[in-house]
Amino acid sequence: MTTAAHLHTDSGSDAPYALSHLDALESEAVHIFREVAGEFERPVILFSGGKDSIVMLHLALKAFAPAPVPFTLLHVDTGHNFPEVLEYRDRTVEKHGLRLHVASVQDYIDAGKLRERPDGTRNPLQTLPLTEAIQSLKFDAVFGGGRRDEEKARAKERVFSLRDEFSQWDPRRQRPELWQLYNGRHAPGEHVRVFPLSNWTELDVWQYIAREGIELPEIYFAHEREVFLRNGMWLTAGEWGGAKEGETPETRLIRYRTVGDMSCTGAVDSDAATLDAVIAEIAVSRLTERGATRADDKMSEAAMEDRKREGYF
Amino acid sequence: MTSTTEQFADLSATTLLRFATAGSVDDGKSTLVGRLLHDSKSVLTDQMEAVEAVSAQRGQDAPDLALLTDGLRAEREQGITIDVAYRYFATARRRFILADTPGHVQYTRNMVTGASTADLAVVLVDARNGVIEQTRRHAAVAALLRVPHVVLAVNKMDLVGYQESVFAAIAEEFTAYASDLGVPEITAIPISALAGDNVVDPSANMDWYGGPTVLEHLETVPVSHDLTACPARFPVQYVIRPQTAEHPDYRGYAGQIASGVLRVGEAVTVLPSGRTSVIEGIDALGESVDIAWAPQSVTVRLKDDIDISRGDLIAPSASAPATTQDVEATVCHVADQPLSVGARVLLKHTTRTVKAIVKEIPSRLTLDDLSQHPNPGQLVANDIGRVVVRTAEPLALDAYADSRRTGSFLLIDPADGTTLAAGMAGESFASKAETTVQADEEGWDF
Repeated sequence: MTTAAHLHTDSGSDAPYALSHLDALESEAVHIFREVAGEFERPVILFSGGKDSIVMLHLALKAFAPAPVPFTLLHVDTGHNFPEVLEYRDRTVEKHGLRLHVASVQDYIDAGKLRERPDGTRNPLQTLPLTEAIQSLKFDAVFGGGRRDEEKARAKERVFSLRDEFSQWDPRRQRPELWQLYNGRHAPGEHVRVFPLSNWTELDVWQYIAREGIELPEIYFAHEREVFLRNGMWLTAGEWGGAKEGETPETRLIRYRTVGDMSCTGAVDSDAATLDAVIAEIAVSRLTERGATRADDKMSEAAMEDRKREGYF
Repeated sequence: MTSTTEQFADLSATTLLRFATAGSVDDGKSTLVGRLLHDSKSVLTDQMEAVEAVSAQRGQDAPDLALLTDGLRAEREQGITIDVAYRYFATARRRFILADTPGHVQYTRNMVTGASTADLAVVLVDARNGVIEQTRRHAAVAALLRVPHVVLAVNKMDLVGYQESVFAAIAEEFTAYASDLGVPEITAIPISALAGDNVVDPSANMDWYGGPTVLEHLETVPVSHDLTACPARFPVQYVIRPQTAEHPDYRGYAGQIASGVLRVGEAVTVLPSGRTSVIEGIDALGESVDIAWAPQSVTVRLKDDIDISRGDLIAPSASAPATTQDVEATVCHVADQPLSVGARVLLKHTTRTVKAIVKEIPSRLTLDDLSQHPNPGQLVANDIGRVVVRTAEPLALDAYADSRRTGSFLLIDPADGTTLAAGMAGESFASKAETTVQADEEGWDF
């Protein structure tokens, strides 16, 4: 799967036993996966088919090889996902013989337990199906691909983040996290959110994908697509809706930096069709991943913190 | 395009430096962090626009760089940093993880949190005030946590006319003090975070200073690899037994090497049982290797099929640690509920969690003047003190002075899982000062 070369130091490093920064991040993330496997009864990996969750799964596969990954997967399906991503999700689950749970926002809407928002975005609606799935399936550790570099509220997140029986995050009552000693103690009904990629940046994720030769859904690479402009975001029409009056669809060369609900995940203009080109593009980008592509984070200055408090990732 | 790709392909081979900042409320820590991020081009346009928009909305003339790091509602409302924030930035030479820790006295626990994984600490002082109590506290915490490198950033040099004599006096006082505490390496740098002197770019206002800028120093300071010079320690995290048709007999012990180097063929002892075997193979995340070192996550296979489970420690037979049930340590109390003599707790050391009882609290440190208070009976939030703990099972514990990884532990409240205290085993850095403590109340003896 990997070459021996990256495990050994290059001559430019400052000590004979130095680890490259990617090896250090990988080693730390694997340690976190194994801690959870050792201490929890029913862990689950949140898997959306996005690059961060794909990297998480890859790390989990390496952490327990040659044994299978001792976790199931959970996807919160907004009903507005990119078809290419769902296809990737199902193919990956089958390839590794994994078990996937799907919590469906559409089911909640159909049952009258959630109401469609006037703006059509379903991202905030994910919280209830997610937290109810955690409670009903009795998961005690839930892996998320959240990174601290994504957003300023996430920069405050612990690697092991205790959630109460309502899945709430209280940033003022977090456990101090010292050395590599993670405290996963929790009462019945509570669970711990675990973020193995906390210390990774978007560029680290891409460099790691390139180094490990990990396959991604095609929408991450430049392709021509019919999109329309809304609130400064290039959106793709789909079952969720499309261009309204005054919004004109046009075909552009674009790619996606994040994968999420189609109604609020914007594309970026790009001709980066290969991993190298994407890395070069990210390295010089002057916009953050979320700033460039997520409409819901712009709702208020503390949008992420508020959603996280309620149980969102 | 090609050159950029090559440049960033190279980047994946660069090293990672973890560092923490500490400073009092008005020393300009946020400005320094903001300047470091801004001048190293690590603040992206949309983040800066958000900061500018909020600053303008509040009627401020200039963008408030503290908003870049203060991510919580309560922090922004109160204008203070409550919790550690982690920031990430990179230069062509190195990648950085910055633990931006609060300076308030009541948040000592957060400073300890940030310093626990740091290779370097930046202690900020205001050139007009010099070394104050808070500065000494920061130096003490850095020394206690054994952060390998300390940078004294003498800030606001623009407000003292960029005078060399002011800087030299502060640097000398701090260096003498921190050296006494056992801080191994101290680098003093005169800066103005506001004006940008010596943060990223060398200052035109201080010709007399010939040393590195803050960023240059961060880029070139050796990352601590003394981990690999120590005896090997391998706490077993998880036993991998696929029991599949392809791997019917595979039995591997998964873990992260806490210190030292492991080699195939090496004779090892498993603690606390004391059973011995030989390393048959090392699997480094999918490939077989002959040698592995800290902090790699690997899977170790042994020649003999012996009983080993999570919490055991594998070490070279030639340099295996002793085991003990009586732990003497310095702890930083991090919870709101107190820790009292007689308390029944859980002790988490590497991958092992055992029952324990607090037998004694011989002393508590007064951070203000670094004097010690004997037999306080209990420790409360942010206290630092000596404790004696008896554990229900033997632990293979090193001195924290020898290994930050195998010498550290947590005390946990068994009732609700709260992390009570961060522990550092063995004598504290100050024990050598024991004989002089009566004469000198600033001596260390806890």
